[in-house]
Amino acid sequence: MHREKFIERVLLLLALSAIGSLALITIFIFLEGFPLILSAGLKNFILSSHWAPTKGHFGILAMIVSSVLVTLGAMVIGVPLGLSCAIVLAEFSPKRLKMVLKPTLELLAGIPSVVYGFLGVIWLVPLIRNYLGGPGLSLLAASIILGIMILPTVISISIDALTAVPDLYRDGSLALGATRWQTVSRVVLPAARSGIITAIILGMGRAIGETMAVIMVAGNALQIPTSILDPVRTLTSNIALELGYAAGRHREALFATGIVLFIIIMILNLSATLITRRR
Amino acid sequence: MPNPVPALREPQVSSPAKTWAAPRAAAARAHGAARRPHGRRRLPALAWSAALLVFLAALPGAGGCNSSYQTTSRPLCIAGSTSVQPFAEKLAEVYMHRHPGVRIDVQGGGSSAGIYAATQGAADLGASSRELLGEEKKLLEIPIAFDGIAVIVHPSNPLTTITLAEIRQIFSGAVNNWSALRLPPHAIDLITREEGSGTREAFEHLVMSKEEITPAALVQDSNGSVREIVAGDSHALGYISAGLVDDRVKALAIDGVLPTRDNIKNHTYKLVRRFLFVARAAPAGPCKDFVDFVLGPNGQKILEDEGLVGVK
Repeated sequence: MHREKFIERVLLLLALSAIGSLALITIFIFLEGFPLILSAGLKNFILSSHWAPTKGHFGILAMIVSSVLVTLGAMVIGVPLGLSCAIVLAEFSPKRLKMVLKPTLELLAGIPSVVYGFLGVIWLVPLIRNYLGGPGLSLLAASIILGIMILPTVISISIDALTAVPDLYRDGSLALGATRWQTVSRVVLPAARSGIITAIILGMGRAIGETMAVIMVAGNALQIPTSILDPVRTLTSNIALELGYAAGRHREALFATGIVLFIIIMILNLSATLITRRR
Repeated sequence: MPNPVPALREPQVSSPAKTWAAPRAAAARAHGAARRPHGRRRLPALAWSAALLVFLAALPGAGGCNSSYQTTSRPLCIAGSTSVQPFAEKLAEVYMHRHPGVRIDVQGGGSSAGIYAATQGAADLGASSRELLGEEKKLLEIPIAFDGIAVIVHPSNPLTTITLAEIRQIFSGAVNNWSALRLPPHAIDLITREEGSGTREAFEHLVMSKEEITPAALVQDSNGSVREIVAGDSHALGYISAGLVDDRVKALAIDGVLPTRDNIKNHTYKLVRRFLFVARAAPAGPCKDFVDFVLGPNGQKILEDEGLVGVK
């Protein structure tokens, strides 16, 4: 009995240290970045797109806009693909096929993002450059790569949401004379709605936080894009690109970029949690 | 879309495996976290990795070799510019081969970090690919080599020479079409380095004077990836260290002068920067010996072989 108590305590301590480290990271990011937001002014920081940190300009508007656009682009590509894939796997495919396909799709999540980025640079970027114009490294390239990268998240959570709908509903709908597609679109999908929305939001979180692949294919230019063929720089790429060399206020500015990213991702995760709880 | 039956909105879930926890567990899986949410063994591992994260976060940002002070025969530490790093590594490798008792650690981090590490004494030698500024001038500077910055285009580009003023116009954004250089009209795919990079700082200092590089330019974080893009894009224009120009890209003559070794050495080529070692005080002991080796014929030959231009 004594032993058990001891083990419990140790486990509790370890669990707390994990949460503690999260808290420490949060405090650290805010301590490092907040002074800059105060000294540069929130308005100059968020609403200006003049970023020249070594010359005292710290506007990240272009990057916020780019992050949002790249994420939206990834949603436009990834959500219809992922959702239809989930519907097929959950509703229309035989059990055996599903047993093979689902783990395979989840394997996609295990591919390191640098590999996605590399494929993008080698294969996708020249295609865009030669057939659509522009430098190839672009908003479009980043959206496509991210759209593929969020597929495993969207698919596996959507499948879980769809399979959580009891068969009773399907049977009832079919018994009333609905076709299988009518059953799926009018009964199963609405019933699984909150799970699917969670899948989409978590996919968004993945897209907005992705760094390596985006640095490689997005071109990282510091402007608000006017076309999907324009190069863009996201918040995450900004941090990763410049942290290696940054010192002083430049470094603080990158942490401040991190704060903005942190807040955006927190909002996304919170809304995902709220939607799943609201039932 | 209308709901057939209002109650359908919230399905009553019968089996525990199908609760709404399932999507979340799947989310955790998709993010590469614990595969078995209930596996007790995962907990310490998770905690350890979190603790490691905190530890890493607490490390000072600037490059330094603090941990190495604990070993008995203290290794020599060089930290700084990522432009200098590959050359410093090569020099250290050859030097260590000749003096088996000595260990030299070479780290990156950037010129500013290197200068900072040298000021703090965290590194014996800081490596810088830019000139010292303001307060930093108190440090002792040891020039080890010259490096040209080559303006490069795709080999299929008919352009062979460009003026400094034209480069400035292009990089400031005033000119963004090849037609301004008497070539068939097409947008220039302009590539620059990221803010803080030594190569970019040198380029801004040597070419841009007071003007800023246009925000429309693509930004890449290494000489290698700039070269990679220019090699693949026939409308691209970028700049890299002259030592890294190979036959997949073409270096332009600037005001009629090509970035050849001789032109860089006698400064007729205009875009030349110095690679520096900086130190808090005059190097002594093994550090002095290493600096002498670098400035001596053997060290200078290594730098020349690697594509730089020696100072001697």
